[in-house]
Order: sequence, then structure tokens, then C-alpha cells
Amino acid sequence: MLKRVHFGTSVLPYLLLAPQIIVTLVFFIWPASQALYQSLLIEDAFGLSSEFVWFENFENLVSDKTYLNSFQRTAMFSFSVAFIAMSTALVLASMADRVIKGALTYRTLLIWPYAVAPVIAGALWVFMFDPTLGIFVYALKAIGYEWNHKLNGNEAMFLVVVASAWKQVAYNFLFFIAAMQSIPKSLIEAAAIDGAGPVKRFFSIIFPLITPTTFFLLVVNVVYAFFDTFGVVHAITQGGPAKATEILVYKVFYDGFVGLDLGGSAAQSVILMAIVIVLTVIQFRYIEKKVEYT
Amino acid sequence: MAQVLLSNVRKSYGDVEVIKGVDWQINDGEFVVIVGPSGCGKSTLLRMIAGLETISGGEISIKGTVVNKLEPSERDIAMVFQNYALYPHMSVYQNMAYGLKIKKIPKEEIEERVQKAAEILEIEDYLERSPRQLSGGQRQRVAMGRAIVRQPAVFLFDEPLSNLDAKLRVQMRLEIKKLQENLGITSVYVTHDQVEAMTLGHRLAVLNEGVVEQLGTPIEIYEKPQTVFVAGFIGSPSMNLINGKLDDEGNSIVLPEGGTVKLSKGKKQYKGQEITLGIRPEHVTLAKGKENGIEVKISVVEQLGADTLVHCTLGKGETKISDTGFVVRLSGIKTFEEGSFMSLNFADKHLHMFDAKTGKRIE
Amino acid sequence: MTEHRPILTFIAHLTLILGIALVAFPIWVTFVAASHEAARMVQVPLPLLPGDQFFVNLREVFVNGIAGAGGIPVGLMMMNSLIVALMITFGKIAISLISAFAIVYFKFPFRMAFFWMIFITLMLPVEVRILPTFEVVANLGMLNSYWGLSIPLIASATATFLFRQVFLTMPDEMLEAARVDGAGPLRFFWDILLPLSRTNIAALFVIMFIYGWNQYLWPLLITTDRSMVTVVMGIKQMLEAAEQAPQWNLIMMTSLLAMLPPVAVVIAMQSLFVRGLTETEK
Repeated sequence: MLKRVHFGTSVLPYLLLAPQIIVTLVFFIWPASQALYQSLLIEDAFGLSSEFVWFENFENLVSDKTYLNSFQRTAMFSFSVAFIAMSTALVLASMADRVIKGALTYRTLLIWPYAVAPVIAGALWVFMFDPTLGIFVYALKAIGYEWNHKLNGNEAMFLVVVASAWKQVAYNFLFFIAAMQSIPKSLIEAAAIDGAGPVKRFFSIIFPLITPTTFFLLVVNVVYAFFDTFGVVHAITQGGPAKATEILVYKVFYDGFVGLDLGGSAAQSVILMAIVIVLTVIQFRYIEKKVEYT
Repeated sequence: MAQVLLSNVRKSYGDVEVIKGVDWQINDGEFVVIVGPSGCGKSTLLRMIAGLETISGGEISIKGTVVNKLEPSERDIAMVFQNYALYPHMSVYQNMAYGLKIKKIPKEEIEERVQKAAEILEIEDYLERSPRQLSGGQRQRVAMGRAIVRQPAVFLFDEPLSNLDAKLRVQMRLEIKKLQENLGITSVYVTHDQVEAMTLGHRLAVLNEGVVEQLGTPIEIYEKPQTVFVAGFIGSPSMNLINGKLDDEGNSIVLPEGGTVKLSKGKKQYKGQEITLGIRPEHVTLAKGKENGIEVKISVVEQLGADTLVHCTLGKGETKISDTGFVVRLSGIKTFEEGSFMSLNFADKHLHMFDAKTGKRIE
Repeated sequence: MTEHRPILTFIAHLTLILGIALVAFPIWVTFVAASHEAARMVQVPLPLLPGDQFFVNLREVFVNGIAGAGGIPVGLMMMNSLIVALMITFGKIAISLISAFAIVYFKFPFRMAFFWMIFITLMLPVEVRILPTFEVVANLGMLNSYWGLSIPLIASATATFLFRQVFLTMPDEMLEAARVDGAGPLRFFWDILLPLSRTNIAALFVIMFIYGWNQYLWPLLITTDRSMVTVVMGIKQMLEAAEQAPQWNLIMMTSLLAMLPPVAVVIAMQSLFVRGLTETEK
């Protein structure tokens, strides 16, 4: 934590920390405590008076069907994104781990979507699935399927999941391939001598050994799907049709900025904070374990 | 004049005292080696002189100035670190010049000093290289060059050779010795290697658990170890140490495993006392008859070419593989049958006796 | 590989090529769309091969923007994005470097309290404190300014942790040697610590630049002035305009431009990018 040899007490460390601490206090801790406080208030429609109501906002949320639905939807959405992005990346990484020629070129061509902003990813996919013009819609029509995600909630959900997962494959791929390449070659060779074929080796050696990475990625992907996909949803569906794609982060934004329900939005923020805290704790717990594996 | 003076120097971390009152003075131009097993506090002591550790009690002065509260750079010292601590992003020249630059010494003088140090160390050709491109021995030289250019009152060396391979270590040892003699700068050198200690130092300080067990020339320490610890620590293979008891007249030592060692000069004043008897492996001789000594069982024989080491056990009982007990060093190649017995002779003048309770030498 | 199995190797290559095709297809479609004239982009089926209007469209959006979406030139948007991204990147790196330096190399009262305060920011992404943060920025008069777009985002536990880790693995003897040489804290930081951390700084730069460039929700909240729009936000306004009059060729051209800088950074500085990504997750 601290160097064995260090500089003595003076005003300097405080000065060095000041910028970071000031930004943290003003833009993180103060707003977060405001959110906590506001979550206990109910404001009238004109924002003129507010009343301290303890946990009424939370009680309202828990009994609010649209909120519970959004919660369920977000969970479903997150795990779908995580599953699709991770399994695609796993397949690609295990293949890339096999090839020697062109491995770097493949990596280059696979990782760049990481750099694409979520909202642009949304724009790309919404264009390809535009109900009147989209290239995929045209192809689907050719095999007799009428696509319209502006009307069909399931199709809308499918589209946001695919667009979100598309962006995340790159990240997972990098971590999977790094994990696979850190497995000692001698282990693979020992298994080969024991007579295990490539497929068997993958399931009995490689996959178990990269479990820590898999678990880590699962957490990261869920966090990504929870918090970083606002742009995708905003670009593709705006939460529609009929709230079919309204995930929690979108709802906080919508209820707060469009619906102007400050107390309710703050209460949602607090719940999201709790989720982030739980996920962060899981992630850090895991990192302690990771030390044993490497 | 004493260059470095330590009086009752102490260091503790919380309740644990690691340096328990060290007093000594190091004279101008002297080379003092602090030697001891790992964890004895020798590096801590050196770092206290350097100013890298605070001093919990007592006083350290360098050239007559108390330095307890001074920064390392204000103490007129230079230090060579165990892993050299060269700045990897600077060239050899920049590494050597860095301290001088901070001191705001004029550019020409820096240039001159670095050149001179480089000549002494024969590293002129490497000045523009980065430390990464150098071999271990070259890095070692740069680290010394960085110390030399400062022209300090005291050189401090913290196990500087421990990262080198055996062959290079011998070579660098000689170089350090020559360099110190030529420059005549007072030096304090920390090592756990007794060969380094014996060959380099004008004087040795044998440190054990924060206490200086003995301070003296290498020969004094070899010939007259003042404590059992020093006796066992200096010398390789280690001195044989056996428990025994002086008889009622104080004329001979009775060994519990059987056998007695007669003394030519009786020690009346210690009669009947429990003692530790010490004899170095190279001082043991084979007995022709049953003269003055003991009988041992041979367990392992190691042929080193120039010498033969015979590991024996005292007494006649069954022996375990891990029992080595007693070592005899004979010059030349000698053959022995393992498991057989032999009689050993201890020459009186090579015997060391220590009080079994205090561990102090008995003359 | 362990054994020679040409068929498996062939399958591996095939899968990878398919994967790349899958990943790259949206970009191809985007590129094709950006190279046709507006009239072609309303006829079904849309083209799959590029047209000849690429540079015409490029000039159009760069200079004039899209009329239906406010007519803000994309060149201006990109300039805004660049300024904001660089401010965020440099700000984050600078304040994280000095705070990690303070935490690792100094002993002072409340050191751990500060450390935990920074740690907490990990658990408070913008998304969960949207409204109150907006209020703070509004009260400080920072709406519609580069400061408002960047400063609230420059506190970073991730970067601080990264540098803390880098400093902790730095050998102690570096500092000791520097002290014997007479270097004070700031000199040590500038002469020794910074040069020795430059690869980590570069790696973090890549990651943070992407992060800064791709900011969406935050600029969306605090910018109303059209001269402050960033290109990532601009896309959304164009999509809304597309509901009335779809100008997909121009929208897709803007998308291409918006993703170009971060993608170029990833490809050009691939090894730094990979390093940054894996390091920031430690």
C-alpha cells in the first residue's frame, strides 16, 4: 500500500490529492448524497414544495409494475448480451489460439468495434433493420418474414441485444485470448500425449483453466449491459415500443428528465447504485482470487 | 579523525528492537565490513548511516557532524545498492551526473568528474548506453561510478555483489578492494558472505540480532573469536562446537559422548564448569595412537581435490542420515571407509573454549 | 500447434474469417451507404456495393451538416469532440498521476480516507447520479461549456489504481538512490517516476481517449447550445431527423466520421490499447 521508504508529512501530498478529491466531492459524492436525499422526498408537480416521505418512493417503486417489469427486462437483456458476446468471443478466441499464421491480423480486425460509441453502434444496426429500407429487413422479407421493431417489442429487444453484444465481442475476445495464451504450452502437450484430441482438450483443460477470466468477463459484461448501453437503446428504440426495451438506466433518465419525477428517479438511482456496489464488490472479491491462478 | 562515529545507536519498529545499541568508530580511509546472517540488522544499520532509515536512539556523526536529522544527500555519503538502482531511462552518463546536476555543480566540472570516474572504472565506452544494454558487472561499475563522482566522505555498500555470478563476484571483489585502496575513501560494506568480509575489510563487525558480537581485524576474528556465535559464523566449514565439562582439577575436558581432551595448561579457575569446546575442521589431525582426542564414526566423505572433508558423528550409537556433527578437513586426497571409526587429535593451541551459559570466550 | 491437423486449422481460419465478416458487415453497409446519393438510398433494396458520391457526401456533412438536424457542420462537431476527449484524457491522467503519487509515496494523516474516497467513485457512474450532477453543473454555470463537458468526468478511480499499481512495483531503491542523489519529491516525480511510467501513461491515454470521445449521455444532458454539440451526440439528432426525411447517406457518413478517430487510435496503437485495457482491469 505504501512504500517502505517514503517522504515525510508535509502539505505537498494534500496539494497533490486536491484536484482529484475536489472533483470527486463536487461531482460524485455531493450528487450521490443528493440522490440519496431526494429519494426520500416527494416534490409537487411544479417543484415548488417537497415533502419528506421516508421510503415511500421506494415502496412505490416496489409496487410499481412498470418498474418491476423494467427490472426483469434489464436482467434478461444483460444476460442475453453477456451470453451472446461471450460465447461468440470464446469461439473466435479458441480458433485464434489455434492459428499461428495471421493471428495478429485477425486480432486487429476483430477488436476495433470496441472503439465504436454505443449510440453509433445503435445507428448502424437501426439502419440495417430499418423497417422500410433496411438491408436485413429486405432479406427477411425475401424468406417471408415481416420485420418491424417499431411495432414488435420482441424484435426491438432482439435488435438492442445484438447491437450491444456486437460492440462487446472485441473486449471479451481480447481477454479470452490472453487467458488462453497464458496457459502453459506444456499442459496442452501433456494432454495431447495423454491422447486428448483438440475438442476434448478444450473442454477438459482450456475451458476450466480460463474459468477465472470467464467469471470476470461475466461481471464486466453485465455491468456493461446495465450501464453502458444507454446510447444503444436511445438510438434504436427510445425504450419502445410500449416500453418493451426500457432498461433501468433508460428509465432513470426518462423519468427524471422527461417525466420530471425527481423523487422516483432518485430512488431508482439509489437502487442502481446498490447494484453497482454489489457488482464492484463481486469483481474485487474475484480479483483477490485471481492472484492464486496466475 | 573518526570519519563515522556511532554511539549507542538504536532502531526499533514498534516494540521490536532490531539494533540494540551499537558503538563504534570508523577511522579515515578505513574499510569496515558489517557481516552477519540475514535478518541480523546489518542492512538496517547501513541504511541508518545513509539516512534512509530513521534513528530511534543514539547518535551517528560523519566527519564530526551529527547527521541524525539530515537528508541522505546532505550527509556527504554515496551508496552502492544491492540491485544497483540505476535509473533505467537515463544513460550511464546521466546516471552518474544526476546527483551532481541536482547539486547545481557546473556542467564542465560534472563532465570532468564523470570522465575521470569512467576512466578509473574502465567504462568510458559505455557512457552513452542505457543500463539495460550493460552486463551485470558493467552495471556494478556504473553504480560505483555514480558513488565516486560525488567525492563523498564515506562510501556505503549494501551487498553490492550478491546479484553477480560466482566468477564475476570474485573479480569485482578484487576491484572494489583495489579501488578503495587507491581512492582511500572511508567505506562501510555490508555482506552476508564471510569470504567477502574476510578479504575486503580492514576490520569486521560481526552483527547478530542487532548486537555487535565482535569488532576486529579478520585475523583477530578468525584466531580469537570472542563468542560462540562468531566462532560458528566465521570460517568454512564452520568450527566444530562440542559440549563438554572441565574436570575437577581443570586439567582436561570431559565429553559427554565419551573421551577426554587433556589441556597442557590447566584452567583451575574454571574447574567443573560446563563449556563449549571449539576446534576448526582444518585444525583437527588424525591420531596415530590414542593420544589427546576423541573417537568418531565416519558418515560421509567429500573429496574436494585439494582437501578432503570427512563428516563424522561423535559417540558410537546409531546415526541418522541428517547427523553430520563433526567435520574434519584434511589436505590432499585421502580415502576412508564410511561407517568405520577413527581417532582424532586436537592440538592444544587450536582449541577454543566458551562459557556454555554466556557464550563468551574463556582464555 | 500441438499436432498437425490441416482440417482443424482450416476450420479455425474459416471461423475467424466468418467472425470478422460478421463484425465488419455493419461497417461495410455504412461505408456503402455513405457513398451513394440520397435518391438511391430510398430505393429498396439498398445497394451492397459502393457508389461514387463518397467525397461529395463527405464535403456536404463536413461543411454543412444535415439541414433537418439543425445543420451543424460535422467538422465543428468533430472539433468539439476532439477538444472534449483530449481534455478528459489529459485531465484524468494528470490528476490520477499526482494523486497516486501522493498515496504511494507519502505518509500523512487521512491517507486511507482519501484513498477510499477515490475508490467510491468506481461505484458511482454518471448513469446513477444523472439529475443531481446536472444540477451541480448548472449551478456552477458550466452548462454548454467545454469545462462542463470534461471536468465532471476526469475523476477516475481506475486510472488512480493503475498508477498506484505501477508505482508500487517500482523498486524502492529508485527512490533511495534519488534521495542519496538529493532529489526532492517533485524532482523525483518529474525526473524518475514520470519517465518510467510513460508506457503505462500511453496505454491509458488510448483507453481514455476512446472513453472521452464516445461520451454520450453526459453531453446530451448538459449541452443545448448547438455550437457545443459533439459528433457522437450529433448522430442521435440526425436519427431523429431521419424519421421525417431519411438522409441515410449523410447519416452514415457522419457515423463513419464519428467512429474514425477512436477506431484509428485502436488500430494504430494496438499493443498499447491491449495493454491499457488489461491493465485498467487489474
